[in-house]
Amino acid sequence: MNLTLKVWRQPKGGAAGRFVTYEAKDISSHMSFLEMLDVLNEGLVKKGEDPIAFDHDCREGICGMCGFMINGSAHGPQRGTTVCQLHMRHFKDGDVLTLEPWRSAAFPVVKDLIVDRVAFDKVIQAGGYISVPSGSAPEANLTRVPKPDADLAFEAAACIGCGACVAQCPNGAAQLFTSAKVSHLGLLPQGQPERSQRAVRMVETMEAVGFGSCSNYTECEAVCPKGISVSYIARMNRDYVLAKLDGVTREPARSAKGGG
Amino acid sequence: MILDAKIPPGPMADKWTNQQSHQKLVNPANKRRFTIIVVGSGLAGGAGAASLAELGYNVKCFCYQDSPRRAHSIAAQGGINASKNYRNDGDSTFRLFYDTIKGGDFRAREANVHRLAELSVNIIDQCVAQGVPFAREYGGLLDNRSFGGAQVSRTFYARGQTGQQLLLGAYQALSRQIAEGRVEMHSRSEMLDLVVVDGRARGIITRDLVTGKIEAHAGHAVVLATGGYSNVFYLSTMAKGSNATAIWRAHRRGAFFANPCFTQIHPTCIPPSGEYQSKLTLMSESLRNDGRIWVPRDPKETRRADQIPESDRDYFLERQYPAFGNLVPRDVASRAAKRQVDEGRGVGEKKNGVYLDFAEPTQRLGQPVIEERYGNLFDMYEKITGENPYKVPMRIYPAPHYTMGGLWVDYNLESTVKGLFVAGEANFSDHGANRLGASALMQGLADGYFVLPYSVSNFLADYLSEKVTTDHDAFRATEAEVRGRVERLLKSRGKRTVDSFHRALGKIVWDECGMARNAEGLRRALKGIAELKQAFETDLTVVGGGEELNQTLERAGRVEDYFELAALMCRDALHREESAGGHFRVEHKTPEGEAARDDEKFAYVAAWEWTGAGKEQVLNKEPLTFELVKPSGRSYK
Repeated sequence: MNLTLKVWRQPKGGAAGRFVTYEAKDISSHMSFLEMLDVLNEGLVKKGEDPIAFDHDCREGICGMCGFMINGSAHGPQRGTTVCQLHMRHFKDGDVLTLEPWRSAAFPVVKDLIVDRVAFDKVIQAGGYISVPSGSAPEANLTRVPKPDADLAFEAAACIGCGACVAQCPNGAAQLFTSAKVSHLGLLPQGQPERSQRAVRMVETMEAVGFGSCSNYTECEAVCPKGISVSYIARMNRDYVLAKLDGVTREPARSAKGGG
Repeated sequence: MILDAKIPPGPMADKWTNQQSHQKLVNPANKRRFTIIVVGSGLAGGAGAASLAELGYNVKCFCYQDSPRRAHSIAAQGGINASKNYRNDGDSTFRLFYDTIKGGDFRAREANVHRLAELSVNIIDQCVAQGVPFAREYGGLLDNRSFGGAQVSRTFYARGQTGQQLLLGAYQALSRQIAEGRVEMHSRSEMLDLVVVDGRARGIITRDLVTGKIEAHAGHAVVLATGGYSNVFYLSTMAKGSNATAIWRAHRRGAFFANPCFTQIHPTCIPPSGEYQSKLTLMSESLRNDGRIWVPRDPKETRRADQIPESDRDYFLERQYPAFGNLVPRDVASRAAKRQVDEGRGVGEKKNGVYLDFAEPTQRLGQPVIEERYGNLFDMYEKITGENPYKVPMRIYPAPHYTMGGLWVDYNLESTVKGLFVAGEANFSDHGANRLGASALMQGLADGYFVLPYSVSNFLADYLSEKVTTDHDAFRATEAEVRGRVERLLKSRGKRTVDSFHRALGKIVWDECGMARNAEGLRRALKGIAELKQAFETDLTVVGGGEELNQTLERAGRVEDYFELAALMCRDALHREESAGGHFRVEHKTPEGEAARDDEKFAYVAAWEWTGAGKEQVLNKEPLTFELVKPSGRSYK
């Protein structure tokens, strides 16, 4: 099949960008979307032109590195799929596709279709962990975890941190991403001691690093390649509100340690 | 040169405890005076960086991805082994140790493997405490499944995403340390060389992949945890960015490269569909718990799989290896599948695969159970092939997956360059000539959480008063070399793209140094690699500049290093006149066609020493001695 691609080209962060039109010819329906771009890029390099820069790594839909908008839809038209797992059999000859990077204030463009998602790392650094230094863990089967809780935690933990949720949200909100981690850890008995603090720190950091507010469009769930449910957002909001009612703040109250 | 593995004294089961009890320590107040460089943020690097920072060291961690959460450990699917014996089925430290040594075809170092088996149980404890959502039973306890090469159920798993969950655990521990200010994280940053001062690793030279800035970083010790080199085959299960540049550049600075020809071909991957194929996707070994592998008996078979009656099918693994059946180790399963395809019984449009069939277990257990166990793998298969594996059998074929070879390290994970530690897949140490399933995650985390904190501390204790800085001639010289190399590559104005060279190189290595090797083919490969490298030097084209994000330039540097690595792989394969694990020399096989080892001549680690550009590496040997197990024929019948 032959396709027309309108691709966002921007040499670097802060620079002006524009759409450039390319013709992708003789595309096999077995190719992945990124393989189609590989073929296009090979042609550009042979002509001495700068290839289209896009992020990708595992190409198995698990590392979360790839992702861009295809005709306004994060990761393209197929549900539950990262762009590296999207195959050309879902397109037809003559299709015109517009490719652009994630558009969000918190994800500045680095080059072409590549954005900077360091804001996600900052949200995790704010509290998306259970504090357990290496070597200090008790025997694993000491704490039983009811299977429904474990399964629900797993489904939240499946988040790959790709940023599609933010990109699709009209507000550029990161509630789905943040709530997935808050819920994963908050559902497990191991996560209880830091649960309130975690919710407060992650939510407030999320707001501080430039993500928008959630107004329940739920477009995030629709484009999430791992199908993470917006019900986790409700769970996070509950944790957050309860923590605030308890007077929990972002900075932990440091208990005075005795001198020695 | 005599290679001293520095194996601690005492009986095998006490060696690690003895080492821990007698090693040198750095007191807590002094730890902050040290800086440790960790390259790579996967299971070994991420866990290592977090654990070292928790101890109080300053850590600088580097990864080429945009976030440490994306390291390729994340793609591991099936599980992680530990000898917890929760199943009451006879597992023990010794049995895990034994299975791993035997699985590696008696080409691994006993002491390292024993330590790995001992630490396996601590890893599970650590991960569960971090909140890794392992699969559980209805009673709330941890669940297990079986993997190849073992007759016990010792594999812990999180559906088909075990690597992801373990990596996110390490990433979260690392994130905590970044927030505490103990780890300085450098993402989108690639190590391009190692700086050696007076025989000691003292830093690295990196390129910022966004700005192109070349930077020098100094530390008291350097840890490489940069993974394996399967992308030398071009088509492999590795991430596209995975590369060998860090370990190869360290090799050129004096770190010996051990057993490069020991590479693992994974039996269950989706067969390639065309020339444009950019990578191969693994279907987890765990599928072999329930899935049954078969081919039609008749090479001219044209019926659909579900219309071929039982009598016309050959379940060749169950037939050839009744004791282990579909769960034979990877090297054995891969070669068996290759034989079927070579003899014309392959399935699919290109006749380049064998069936992995779930019809019988689906009938026996019901589709919901199969979905629960393998749902995400089935979905992934359908996305890639457009076929529904609940209805038609999967088609699978072996593909390059893991590399057992890597930089030589002693018991403390220290390479032949003082102060340079190598962890995880990047080293050679624990899997011999073949790795068993669910053991890579175990080794990465054992190295990261539990071995590096001890061995790096023990090393640093001698250098308390030492200050490190990049203000040294060795830094300036190495940085200048790196700049020169980048500039040289940028001037490439030939006609061929980097990828076309990489594909051509991969084809040579796959054809001649893949699942089956012979002397003639290996010599042909060496000649072909040399010719291709010459063409690379004159006909490569690189577009764009150095002071910007330039993915073509990144790939050019990586592929250039693969040429030298590929040549060393072939030379190692040529010199090893035996078959062992993943290294199958067709000249050396048993009458039944299985790998025939030669323990008399080849029970050693081949550690290759760089002697200068354009010269052949020199072979050094570390003899392997076996105290606890007696090398025997490796039968899975």
